[in-house]
Amino acid sequence: MLDLARRPAEAPPTGAALAPVLEVKNLVTAFATRRGPFKAVDDVSFTLAPGKTLCLVGESGSGKSVTARSILQIVDPPGAIESGSILLHRHRTAKGDRAGPAETVDMAALHPRSRAIRAIRGRDIAMIFQEPMSSLSPVHTIGNQIVEAIRLHDHVGKKEAKERAVELLKKVEIPRPEKAIERYPFEYSGGMRQRAMIAMALACTPSVLIADEPTTALDVTTQAEILALIKKLQTDVGMAVLFITHDMGVVAEIADEVAVMRFGKLVEHGDTLTIFERPQHDYTKMLLGAVKALDRPSPRRLQRRETNPPGDPVLEVRDLRKVFGSSSGFLGRNKDYVNAVDGVSLTLRAGENLGIVGESGSGKSTLGRCLMRVYPANGGEIRYIDRKGTVHDIAALPERGLAPVRRDLRMIFQDPFSSLNPRMTVGQIVGEPLLVNGLAQGARLRDRVAELLSLVGMPESAMERYPHAFSGGQRQRIGIARAIALEPKIIIADEATSALDVSLRTQVLELLLDLQERLDLSFIFISHDIAVIRYFCDRIAVMFRGKVVEEGATEAVCTAPQHAYTQALLSAVPHPDPRMRGTRIRHRYTGAG
Amino acid sequence: MLLAYVVRRLFWSIPFFFAVSLVAFALIEAPPGDYMTTFAATLAQSGDIVDQERLDALRERYGLDQPFVVQYWKWISGVVRGDFGISFEWQQPVSDLIWERMALSVILAAATLLFTWAIAFPIGIYSAVRKYSIGDYFFSALGFIGLSLPNFLLGLVLMYIAVVHFGSDVSGLFSAEYQQAPWSWGKVVDLGQHLLIPVVILGTSATASLIRIMRANLLDELYKPYVTTARAKGLSEWRLLVKYPVRLALNPFVSTIGWAFPQLVSGSVIISYVLSLPTAGPLLLQALLAQDMFLAGAFILLLCALSIIGMLVSDILLAVIDPRIRYR
Repeated sequence: MLDLARRPAEAPPTGAALAPVLEVKNLVTAFATRRGPFKAVDDVSFTLAPGKTLCLVGESGSGKSVTARSILQIVDPPGAIESGSILLHRHRTAKGDRAGPAETVDMAALHPRSRAIRAIRGRDIAMIFQEPMSSLSPVHTIGNQIVEAIRLHDHVGKKEAKERAVELLKKVEIPRPEKAIERYPFEYSGGMRQRAMIAMALACTPSVLIADEPTTALDVTTQAEILALIKKLQTDVGMAVLFITHDMGVVAEIADEVAVMRFGKLVEHGDTLTIFERPQHDYTKMLLGAVKALDRPSPRRLQRRETNPPGDPVLEVRDLRKVFGSSSGFLGRNKDYVNAVDGVSLTLRAGENLGIVGESGSGKSTLGRCLMRVYPANGGEIRYIDRKGTVHDIAALPERGLAPVRRDLRMIFQDPFSSLNPRMTVGQIVGEPLLVNGLAQGARLRDRVAELLSLVGMPESAMERYPHAFSGGQRQRIGIARAIALEPKIIIADEATSALDVSLRTQVLELLLDLQERLDLSFIFISHDIAVIRYFCDRIAVMFRGKVVEEGATEAVCTAPQHAYTQALLSAVPHPDPRMRGTRIRHRYTGAG
Repeated sequence: MLLAYVVRRLFWSIPFFFAVSLVAFALIEAPPGDYMTTFAATLAQSGDIVDQERLDALRERYGLDQPFVVQYWKWISGVVRGDFGISFEWQQPVSDLIWERMALSVILAAATLLFTWAIAFPIGIYSAVRKYSIGDYFFSALGFIGLSLPNFLLGLVLMYIAVVHFGSDVSGLFSAEYQQAPWSWGKVVDLGQHLLIPVVILGTSATASLIRIMRANLLDELYKPYVTTARAKGLSEWRLLVKYPVRLALNPFVSTIGWAFPQLVSGSVIISYVLSLPTAGPLLLQALLAQDMFLAGAFILLLCALSIIGMLVSDILLAVIDPRIRYR
């Protein structure tokens, strides 16, 4: 175990009176469409002060990313700045007022391909992005990409630039930077890549850092590390940070000021405490409400369990093993194998929700797929007890014996976009399991599909349309309708709410609870998000490197975790309350040691 | 890492080469009868008396009556020593016949490949960056015409124009005075002049399809997040384009070098006939028709070797430009 950030308890500072380094005034960015211009950013104004963090919050499609990209004028076509100004006060650099003449540039007036704006990009204002893997070139070394950033703006020799790159990597706490600099992004872990990204952004000590959802793709413990790193570097050089996120927990953790965006407009703007404690706009209240709703068990679930306690076991997993091996053999000779699922035993009772939580690579998704026999298990038993009380060992069943079991076990997937075939209508998608299993045809199929759609709160008219016509939340409902089409007993939901905005998350969870009551379902809910699991699940199993390290009633595990890993995991979850900032000691659990 | 990869790939191509040679030999053996049958038929046709005993003697001499494995063994052990056997039809060692023709084929193929790339790359990049501009439409239209025009037709048209309007000599690869002359600077220049038309003809359709491939590949890469990252660093558009998306768009290109080689050699048979080029294509066709098995076998084996080398080259190039390949 090692300490990552032990920060003194400090009250978050209130509104800054410092001279701003960047002023955005009445910015409008529009995308030309066939139906005229669409204003993705509509009359947005804010300022950034040295050493301070402004969090731009909003749900998907609110225009927060486009705002960030507009500042550097790197919006992909056909988007372009229509009006407004972006004033960069270059004389007020990161280290406070520098002697010399005032130099203010209106970046909105510069041509997006001009030399003048290129001199600002990366030098005065640097940016980091959400997906550290795809945001770095896969075929150039990390060193090459950092050196390039240095040499673009500072005229130094290759050797000196390389030395500086090593320094930068050391600064962002990458182990053995001299070696790491020669490596490629794919040889880095997700957290390391984001660190390298930050190193690249810091190459020319910018006065403003724009971070576009930099931790969204990372695990909570890595997220905590990256947030602490950004904070530390910010205090070191006094950068202004524009931090874009949808996660109110992260906002509470790092923001000095908060700006809330919706449909391209800034709906509320103020210092962190005011926004969290006295939100004015309904949308801000809704966002905070949705986050807070998730931080406790669902009252509805608790109520239901009192009258209907979970029944007999429906699924018993004993000592399940799954090994992924790659033996390229002959001259290749690397016999790597991974124990993705390493002796897992679990029991799911009728009418119960079992949560499986863990970070990426913990084997939780593999476990879910083994239960469905998407992957054959390498050992152990998966005993499924069906309605008549017959026991099937899913791990040992022959391929053709799987059909009846698969009718009772269904799956909901994470990505509501790629898990629905874009060339099938919603009616065909939802009806397909019925058709494939020969359960309904023609008018009966239609009626059943309509019934299923109404169960998940979709209109019957949705049947004729294609998935692209629906939003993320609606698509996830379609996926759920498909999952319940065969009246299953168990639903395995693999990160079913992870791709959704917070406000939709609660809605989908409510829908699942509703269906549980009506259809007598049991859920295995796989997620990395403890808040969601706490809301939805009766029991929780914590996975770490293929093993279940802790299992128990959700509330007991969440409030008094026993295993060191669970403690580390819970400590890293950002809490949506700015007053709790800095009160917890974060640490990473490093395993066996 | 890279070196280990190259050594591994080199090592693997050896057994692969023998496997391919076995298949090649089996294919040549596959049609019923052998050269003697064809020979006898030709004799009978011209009214000569076929001396069965002489045929059998010849058969025995060339080992045609032996089982397949033995014949293959004799052949391949000769090949390893550089002896490709004797052509029945020409009554000459195969190695005397093929080298010059193979060399000319390879020159033609390489010239065509260079021509194709020199034209397809810039146009493909232009078309992708300026998507739906007038220039893009123009080149796309031109590309589709190039793609749909049959090679031989284009060949005949170009020959007509060259002969009638420019009065130049377009058939063959050399002018009459250099035909039998030893290699000299003049002969090289002459070859270059004669290469122009076949290269244009052979390259047109490949260029057209490469433009489309390059355009599509680059369009896939142009809006990737790493391009935005590079732009946010302050790189100029041109440097950014060449260093990042174009480099990644090259991957699928490089992997096609492997098939480009044998394809250009065997694909030029028709054009070689039309323009009477002294390349390998026509000779191979004739050898196959006459069941001149050692000659045909040598050609097919060389084509296979070319594919293997092509694949090897493209694999190694791919590993050089894309580090992810090396580690798999």
